[in-house]
Order: sequence, then C-alpha cells, then structure tokens
Amino acid sequence: MQLTINGIRYDLNSDPEMPLLWALRDILDIKGPKFGCGVGECGACTVLIDGEPIRSCILPVGDVEGAVTTIEGIANGENLHAVQAAWLEHQVPQCGYCQSGQILAAVALLNTIPDPTDVDIDEAMTNLCRCGTYPKIRAAIKDAAKMLGDKS
Amino acid sequence: MSRLGTITRRSFMGLGVAAAGGLAVGYYMYRKPYANPLLAMASEGDAVFNPYVKIAQDNVITIIAPRAEMGQGVHTTLAALVAEELDVSLDQIKVEHGPPAKAYFNAAMIVEGGPHPFFDESFIAEVTRGTMNVVGKFLAMQMTGGSSATIDAYVKMREAGAAARMVLIEAAAIQWGVDAASLSVSAGIITNPADGETLTYGDVAQAAAVLEPPTKISLRPRAEWKILGRSQPRVEGFEKVTGGRIFGIDVQLPDMLYGTVKMSPRFGARAISVDTSAALEVNGVLDIVPVETTTGSGFGIIAENTWAAFQGAEALEIVWGEAPYPANTDDIRAVLDKALNAKPDFEMGGKGNVEKELANTQPGNIVEAVYEVPYLAHATMEPMNATAQLKDGKLELWLGTQGPRIAQGACAQLLGIEIEDVTVNTTRMGGGFGRRGEIDFSLYAAALAAKTDGRPIKVTWTREEDTQHDTYRPIAKSRFKAGISETGEMTAMDVDIATASIMTSLMARTYSSGPPPGPEKIMLEGALGQPLTVPNVRFRAHKADLQIPVGFWRSVGNSYNGFFHECFLDEVSEHAGKDPLAFRLSMMNDDEHHPAREALKKVAAMANWGGNLPAGKGQGIAHTLSFGTWVAQVVQVDVSDDTVKIEKVWCVADAGLVLDPENFKAQMMSGIVFGLSQALDQEITFSDGEVEQSNFYDFDAMRMHQCPEIEVELLENSPRMGGAGEPGTPPSTPALANAIFAATGQRIRTMPLSHSIDFA
Repeated sequence: MQLTINGIRYDLNSDPEMPLLWALRDILDIKGPKFGCGVGECGACTVLIDGEPIRSCILPVGDVEGAVTTIEGIANGENLHAVQAAWLEHQVPQCGYCQSGQILAAVALLNTIPDPTDVDIDEAMTNLCRCGTYPKIRAAIKDAAKMLGDKS
Repeated sequence: MSRLGTITRRSFMGLGVAAAGGLAVGYYMYRKPYANPLLAMASEGDAVFNPYVKIAQDNVITIIAPRAEMGQGVHTTLAALVAEELDVSLDQIKVEHGPPAKAYFNAAMIVEGGPHPFFDESFIAEVTRGTMNVVGKFLAMQMTGGSSATIDAYVKMREAGAAARMVLIEAAAIQWGVDAASLSVSAGIITNPADGETLTYGDVAQAAAVLEPPTKISLRPRAEWKILGRSQPRVEGFEKVTGGRIFGIDVQLPDMLYGTVKMSPRFGARAISVDTSAALEVNGVLDIVPVETTTGSGFGIIAENTWAAFQGAEALEIVWGEAPYPANTDDIRAVLDKALNAKPDFEMGGKGNVEKELANTQPGNIVEAVYEVPYLAHATMEPMNATAQLKDGKLELWLGTQGPRIAQGACAQLLGIEIEDVTVNTTRMGGGFGRRGEIDFSLYAAALAAKTDGRPIKVTWTREEDTQHDTYRPIAKSRFKAGISETGEMTAMDVDIATASIMTSLMARTYSSGPPPGPEKIMLEGALGQPLTVPNVRFRAHKADLQIPVGFWRSVGNSYNGFFHECFLDEVSEHAGKDPLAFRLSMMNDDEHHPAREALKKVAAMANWGGNLPAGKGQGIAHTLSFGTWVAQVVQVDVSDDTVKIEKVWCVADAGLVLDPENFKAQMMSGIVFGLSQALDQEITFSDGEVEQSNFYDFDAMRMHQCPEIEVELLENSPRMGGAGEPGTPPSTPALANAIFAATGQRIRTMPLSHSIDFA
C-alpha cells in the first residue's frame, strides 16, 4: 500500500484491515493522533484526509484514499498554524491528550466555515475533552477565525 | 507477609505512635534529610544543588517538578516557585519530573487527614496537623493527589531556588574576590556593579555546587515576586499543540513489542478455563501469558503491534469464576441500604445533642431526605498503559503515574527483585483524576515484560478494558435530617452516610494489607467540616462491605457529600421559607466562615441572584469547602422546553493565595465540567458480576454543545493556602440540581440527574 502523510509518500506493508490510527502510531511512528476509544466516539485520533476530519481509529488503512494530514503536518515549518497559535494564546490544553484531534477538527471547520457561529462550533466540534476545555476551545476558534480572516 | 506489606505496616505503626504523642523519635527522623536522588544520576559536568535544581556546563538549568503533570499545570507552577527565587525566567529553564525518591515526599497530602475542619486553628488541630506532616515524611509518599502539590511545595521549592542562588552568587564573589552582598543578579546573570563584569550561572555552577549550602534562607516577600502570582504560559504548552510525544502511550523504544491485557471482568475472580487457539492465530500475536497480581487476574497478549494485541484479546475464549460480591446493581444497592440502616462504623466531628433536639422539634419542622449516587469511572482520555523492560534482573518502566514510588515498590515485589533495581521514568499524563495513582497498569506491564526475553513491551488497555477495570468512585447513599425552629433557623442536622471504604479497597490491592487504623474521614468529607453554624450536628459513617474496587476520583468523598449536603441545605431553606442564599448566609455565623460568606455574596452578585428570570429558567447555588479552597457556584438552567439546558455557571473560589491565576481559573472550569458530566447519564452498573458500560457510547461526559458558559473569579480571604485541581467539582452538581428545582419545582435526589429529567 502507498500512503501520503503530511506530504511524504510511505510504502506500507501492514494488514489492510489495521485501522489507520495504529498504522500511523505503531508502524510509521507518527504519534500525534491519539488512541482514545477505538470506536470513533471521542475524536482523539482525528486526522484530515483531503481536508476532511476523519476518525482514524475506525478507518482500515487499506481503505484510505487521499492525502492524510496529522497534527505534525499543519504548521508551516517553524510557523504554527493559526489554530495552533490561538490554542497557545488561550492556553487551551490542560492534559493535552485530546488536543491534536480538537485542533484538526477546528482546522477543518475553519476551512469550510471561515467565520463560524456558536451553533457551527457546537455541530463541528464533537470531540471529547475530559479536562473540560470547551469554553477555551470556543474562544480560540473565534480568534483563529479572525487571524485567518485578517491574513486573506 | 510481603516485604512491601511489612514496610507499610511498620510505617502505619509509626503513625500510631506519632499520633499518640511520641514525637521525640519522629522529630529526630524528620530533621534528617533524605539523600539527593539527582547526585546518583548526574551527567558529567552537571552541577547539582539540591533535589530540585541542577545546572549543566552548557548553562542549561533544569528544575525538577516531582509531581504528576496530568493537565492541572503543576509543572509550570512548581517550576515557578524555584525560578522565582533562583532569579531566572520560565523560558530559561527545562522542567523534568525526575526520578522516584523519598526526597520528594508529599506531606501536605495527608496533613488534613485528621478529624478537624480546615479552618479549625485550635491547639489540638494544629498539633494533629504537625504530626501528620511528620507521618507524611515517614511514608515518603511521592504522591500527586488531594490537590496538595503546590501547598506542599510552596516553601520547600522556593527555598531550593534561593539556596542555589545564594551559593551561585557566593561562587562569583569568590572568583572576583569581592563581597557577595555587593553583587546583583537578574535572569541568571550575576553582575558586579563596581566594574560591570558579568558571569552566567553556568560559568560558576561547578564551583558553586561544592560550596556549603546556606543554613539561613530568607524568601522574597510577595510584593517582590516577578513570576509567582502572575499567569504563566505552560511549560509544556508548545508540545501540546504540536502533537508532542509526551505521554506514556507515545513511548517508542528499539526492538519494542506491544501488548494488552484481558483481566477478569469479575473483580477478585479468576479464569476457570481458557482457549487461546483462536487468539494465537491472529496475525501478529506472539504469545498469551497468564497475569496474576494483587489488582487482578487474567491474561496478557504479546504482539507485534497494538492492533494485533487488541484482536488477540478479543479472540480469547475464557470462562471466568463467580464474583465475590452481589452480581447486579439492585443487589449491590441493597447492601448499601442495609449498611445505611445498620449501626454506624464511626462518628466524627459532631457537637451538641442531635437526638434530644430533634425529639423536641415539632414533626412539621423536621426535614428529611435520602440521596444516592452511583459508581463512576474516571474515564481519562488516555487509556491506562505502561511500557516495561526487564533485562539482567533490572526493570525499567515508562509510564504516567501519580505515585512513582508505589509503582516502583509494587513491581519489585511482583518480580521478586530489589526496589533499587526498578527505574521509573514518569511521563506526562492524558488525564489522571486519581486513576493514575493505582498500580495495576504498572504491574501488568511488568508481568508481560517478564515474558519477552529482555525486549521492552508497551502494554495499552482498550477503552473497554479501562472502563470495566477502574477503581471506581464509590456508590453512596445518605440520609439527612434537620430540625427547624419556629423562626426558621436550623437547630439540628443529623447526617448518615453509607458508602464503600476506599482505604480498605486500596490497601488490599496495593499492599495486600488491611486498612489503616482509625476512622476514614474521606467517607464524610464534604458534609463534615463545612462552614455552618448549627448547635447540634452529628455525622455518622456506615461502611458497605463490597468487594468492588473503589478509589480516589476527583474530589473523592466531596464529590458525593458536597452534592448531598448542598442539596439538603436547599431543601431546608425551602421548608424554612427562606431564599437559599440568605439562608446559607444566616447559618454561617462564625468568624472563620468569613471566606464562605464573601464567596457566596460575590458569586450571587455576578449571577444577579434574585433577579427576575423568564419562566422556565432557574438558578441554583451551592458552596463547598474542600482541599482548603472555598468554592461558591451558581448554575443557571433553561428548562422551558422540558429539557435541561445548562446555560451558565458562575464560580468564586478562595484558596487564600493563588500562584497562577489563569491556571487556577482553568482548574475551576475543568472541575465544574467534570462535576456536571456526572449529571448526564454517568453511572457504572453491574450485571452478572460485570460492569455493564464499556466505552464512551455508554459512559460519556459533557460535550461542547452541552457545555455552559463559565465565569470564574478569585478571592483571597482565606488565611491558609488551598488546592486547585479538585475543589471546583463538588459544588457543581448540587448547584445544578438546585437550579432545576428553582426552574421546575422538581427535587432530584439521585444521580445521574438524567434518570429523572432530560438534558439537551
């Protein structure tokens, strides 16, 4: 199998039934996507495939079509993505375990809806956070939207 | 008796002697400092000043923050304590957790273990606290819990920074041949104002580290603080927005194997038979091995990757033995009921004569209510996991643990090796909430490492295994009874609480021993020790004997007693015909209750308490003093379409002294969401001796669309420093239940509230 992850082509020789998450973590040593539930319920494993947020713990690696982006791939070299910058500015992460997935879900949201309302955020941000950082996630998304809007 | 068990029993005997007043021996031992663990592991060129500070030749300054970073920001605040006195900024330093060591004991964690309320400053209370401090050092518990890390570190880590700064300056003075007092220091650079010459800490570190440490250290007054008291960016913030490999589950070692466990779903039971053939056929599964430990019995799956291990676990066919406790929730609840109605196990902290007062009260002026809460799982985002390697008789562990020394001892005992032959590398943690103080995930990794011929193995639990093998927040049931005078004052309060003993459960699985002697205060905390002026009160605890593992869950006993107590005060205020806020304020008449009164008044002002709300909306109020922090909250709900929408939470917290205001507020917010999540369908139930819930689809927590706006303000009226991680949780649930009553007239006395009313 061939996979494109964060712009790099990989040849993969694993069981095609293995979920993308475990192929990333155990075979390719890309540790940003986290294991939380294994059933697509929590979103800690979120990656982008052609820009769409996908829960990689329930997607067989053999079924992947399109370019995969993980949290490791959204910054531009040393420059953090606006969503990451906003996350730092608002000190969103507490334990931080779910935040790779939250950040990617937010990136995908802002790609489709550049200026999301609270309802848009409620609908798009379905990832679980046990530290309860939701109010800060909401504020950071709104700030990132502003940053991205100012740039374009 | 096991070696570990013997040590523990002796330690607890020490507790008995010290508590009985035998302080002479205690103080001698107490003043003898523990060895500095950094000396043994220093690299070439490292200058080690004390257990908290080392400076490398290349001027890299490392501060050891020996507590679990599980989201509460403790690495940042502990590092700030040292940095403040060392006179360096937080971006100049590296923060490490450091090794497990006696030098990093946490005395503050059990200082409040005695029978006196937090605000009791009587001689007896102070003596008890002093004794507890000594005991903490004997036990040498390097534990993160009880919202105690900052309180414990407040003096000793600032002293560590100051002591290092003083010898660094002295070394510079010797090099220049000038008086140390004439030198100035800022941001790690020592300046001689006479000639403008400068030296960095790295320049003089080697010479300074061999100087005699100062015996007299004066700490900077608060007015001169540059770092403490101000909000700081988290030291690990960047890693947490870039997918940094910082968690136990991210550990990657050369030649590493992967594994998981399938432990008996009935606690205390073992396999009767097992068929491993299908599991061994799974592509990538290498071996299936039995696992026998004090925390559980079952099987380990050794594989080439985690996915194969998970599939192997699923393919195991096992017949398990029967559970040594009632097999379903109804029968478990019957045991709880029986305990509540049986003779109490102990009584604590009462005064006056409750029975007499209630006998003299008109029946119409007596309020009685029964409350109940279920078992709850911790459900940390990062499932339990640990990596272990056993090579040449030595074990190395990589894991996120709240108790590295306990994990170290337990693994040594399991493998029959010396404690010195166990190295523990503590990683950052994807949530803890009390769960990661347990030893089970360390033991299972050690057990599997014994079967891999020296190769390291990372053992990751499935979410199902994690949910079904937790050390649960115990089930609890209470009866509250109050007498009200003709003028509406509460004259008596009688409290009976039935729950399972956490200490009995914890000691059995951790040390194969019985519980420590004496009453288990945590069974009553949150009802006991609250700021309330009632002439006749009685608190009685009833232990329900259930062999289901229970443990520390964010705010522990306060998580249910806070709910019971504050819901009950709301009910009493209703019977007394008073506003819930005014009623509480009228019952807080002692001088020591000042922080509670101020917190309640401020939160009421923020929420515009008593203002006109549209039909269908309601506000509820609650206050709980826990872990030394006074927290008042108002919750506002909208039930206008028959489902509860939690709109907003206002919170005022008083911890006496707050070292990082933004982080402290974030901890309150986190505690509130954690608390409110309980109301939304959270419960662990049993059928056929097994936990019925298995994953986030049947044990969920609050999500973005359910999360209210949260506004937090801080006060500093409390005379002593309190904790941050847990105190936000207890008042959230009663404030919610009281808000639902205000909006609907419906009193809900059983958790989860969602059994009685729908939530948005």
